[in-house]
Amino acid sequence: MRATQWMGKYRVEVNEVPDPQILNDRDAIVQVSSTAICGSDLHLFDGFIPTMRRGDILGHEFMGEVVEVGRGVGNLRVGDRVVVPFPIACGNCSACRRGFFSVCENSNPNAGIAEKFMGHSPCGIFGYSHMMGGIPGGQAEYVRVPFADVGPLKVDSDHTDEQLLFLTDVFPTGYLGAEHCEIRPGDVIAVWGMGAVGQFAVASAKMLGAERIIAIDRFDYRLAKAREAGATDVLDYEEVDVTEALKEMTAGRGPDGCIDAVGMEAHHPTTAVHAYDRAKQATMSETERPHALREAITSVANGGTVSIIGVYGGLMDKFPIGSLMNRSITVRTGQTPVQKYIRPLYERIRNGDIDPSFVVSHTMPLTKAPKAYRMFRDKKDGANKIVLKP
Amino acid sequence: MSSTASPRLRRTARLLGAASAGLGVAMLRDPVGVARTAGVDDSDTVLSVLPLVGARELAHALPLLAGRPGWAWTRVAGDVMDLAVMGAALADRRGERYRRLRTATIAVAGLAAVDLGTALRSRRARRTGPAADLPLTGPLTSPIEVSASTTVNKPPAEVYGYWRDFSRLPTFMAHVRQVATLEGGRRSHWVAEAPGRRTVEWDAEVVEDEPGRLISWRSTAGADVPNTGSVEFTPAPGDRGTEVRVRLAYAQPGGRLGKAVAKLFGEAPDQQVRDDLTRFKQVLETGQVVRSEGTPEGPFAKRLLTQRPAAPHA
Ligand SMILES: NC(=O)c1ccc[n+]([C@@H]2O[C@H](COP(=O)([O-])OP(=O)(O)OC[C@H]3O[C@@H](n4cnc5c(N)ncnc54)[C@H](O)[C@@H]3O)[C@@H](O)[C@H]2O)c1
Ligand SMILES: [Zn+2]
Ligand SMILES: [Zn+2]
Repeated sequence: MRATQWMGKYRVEVNEVPDPQILNDRDAIVQVSSTAICGSDLHLFDGFIPTMRRGDILGHEFMGEVVEVGRGVGNLRVGDRVVVPFPIACGNCSACRRGFFSVCENSNPNAGIAEKFMGHSPCGIFGYSHMMGGIPGGQAEYVRVPFADVGPLKVDSDHTDEQLLFLTDVFPTGYLGAEHCEIRPGDVIAVWGMGAVGQFAVASAKMLGAERIIAIDRFDYRLAKAREAGATDVLDYEEVDVTEALKEMTAGRGPDGCIDAVGMEAHHPTTAVHAYDRAKQATMSETERPHALREAITSVANGGTVSIIGVYGGLMDKFPIGSLMNRSITVRTGQTPVQKYIRPLYERIRNGDIDPSFVVSHTMPLTKAPKAYRMFRDKKDGANKIVLKP
Repeated sequence: MSSTASPRLRRTARLLGAASAGLGVAMLRDPVGVARTAGVDDSDTVLSVLPLVGARELAHALPLLAGRPGWAWTRVAGDVMDLAVMGAALADRRGERYRRLRTATIAVAGLAAVDLGTALRSRRARRTGPAADLPLTGPLTSPIEVSASTTVNKPPAEVYGYWRDFSRLPTFMAHVRQVATLEGGRRSHWVAEAPGRRTVEWDAEVVEDEPGRLISWRSTAGADVPNTGSVEFTPAPGDRGTEVRVRLAYAQPGGRLGKAVAKLFGEAPDQQVRDDLTRFKQVLETGQVVRSEGTPEGPFAKRLLTQRPAAPHA
């Protein structure tokens, strides 16, 4: 089959590889009909996530048709159309039982590596380094889906792939970000990063009843999408001092909820802060560029919530713990337990509350993956969310 | 989970690990910036060597982060090298560069003292590992002791029941090839893999057996590798299943030297026991050992070092 392989920093290739096989009784093989590139894939592409190996198959956002099931999968049949959550979860351990699917205790066979980096291990994730399991991803013609009796959502409505594909990750992730804020009437929510994740956070904040939603980025075309998703205001962080602007907009209170949908590769606007961070980075132990996160913390209202859904990998320097502690701020975060949200959010799509296909900017054949990665990283040609067709 | 080093020592090791990781990343990412801070940005050689030094720092970061103070020795070696180079460099720097280099040298010397202290104490810690109150068959000279624990989301009776049938142990103990039970389970014959494609065999007898609570066993006379072990099952608080605690002691050919050699080959016994328990938990909770293309055997110490690519194999 053809598959998108990570061949080193800034290098992906589409190559011919053997077809996947059932390894465990609870596996299924899915023939991929659509798959997308995520901001998380860019962290791999740019070489920021350790324990990648040349030849690893990428991709954790995919859907398709079941073509083979293991002996232990009772609920799926060959021919079923399924949408597959990006975290892999067993459904049996106590984390899964409590709904914390993304910290499943059994799905990462390389938990030993992750423990060395992080103390304890998160779940296994498709195509997301060896520390997360060494599990091939779905930017390919076929993919092996572990614990197929737990994760995949069987769909029978006649929605298009583009309407359902984002249930795998970015829609639930944006929703999680908004849900973290426990939105009450009158709440103002600010969202950093207007990729698909931030756009779904905006749309979800709207569904959950936010009074005002402020979207922050520097690309006009992405800010326009944010308006489409329901943002009442947009801020270009290259034009304004974000913290000051947010203070101004909320008459000094600050937003009640701040969502970081940027993560470890935040861009620094050219200000004094930029120089400050450059100097620190040269001398200090820091793997992250936490510009958006710091700003979210110092911007949020007293007693408010900071939701971190952008991905971080290691150690960060100059974490504003004083602001956090003294102002009674709540931090909530995590890889999204998609299994918990996929069914209720599918219902939202069926109800017509939302049509997730608005994020799609390009559809390309899988063979164009190398070009698609570059376009998406460089935010070229209006690249917002790219769908690949194997 | 298991170690002979004290908690404080392990904490210091982790701190040194974090320092190594940070420094390593900085040197790889921005050698020029690091060189400028240290006052040696005027040397081309330094600029080309710094990323290598960065890679060195990352190499000791991992085991140290895992709380292994013994790895501080590799830092000590690095410190000696750095101090020698910096001392030589100090001789021909003047002005601002001299001041920066002097500050950096003092900082490295300070860290070197911590490294040396940690490494020395790790040696002492090793020599005075706790003696097991395990049912020994006789004095095991310089036994290797390992322990590990996990929590299994099943009631103690069921978890105990699975373990008590020793013939099932090979499903989750990677290095045990076969266990045959005799005399209704009181005695058993074990065949296990040893480093270098050899196998070792022994007979074992159950010493204590308290259903739902505890099993302990020991090898009988004539074992290739005299050993003893116990597994304890206690209800985890608040309906969280069962806490499983395993302790093993065995005499390995070559004693400590054998352990060091085994470690080099990725056969670190403590990681092995931890992996065994990870697989035990997987079998009880999910019905099977969980495998991936990168780790086809399931959790396995050696695979942590030599991963296969995450792609199907022919
Ligand atoms: N928690 C989870 O489970 C989860 C799931 C999916 C994605 N993610 C993470 O969410 C993040 C976003 O993903 P995406 O697919 O939308 O990526 P993306 O690359 O499409 O979008 C990131 C956006 O952030 C903007 N940005 C950069 N620096 C900024 C700053 N300082 N202030 C404001 N905006 C800034 C960029 O211009 C870009 O538009 C990534 O870190 C990704 O790894 C997390
Ligand atoms: Zn994603
Ligand atoms: Zn689980």
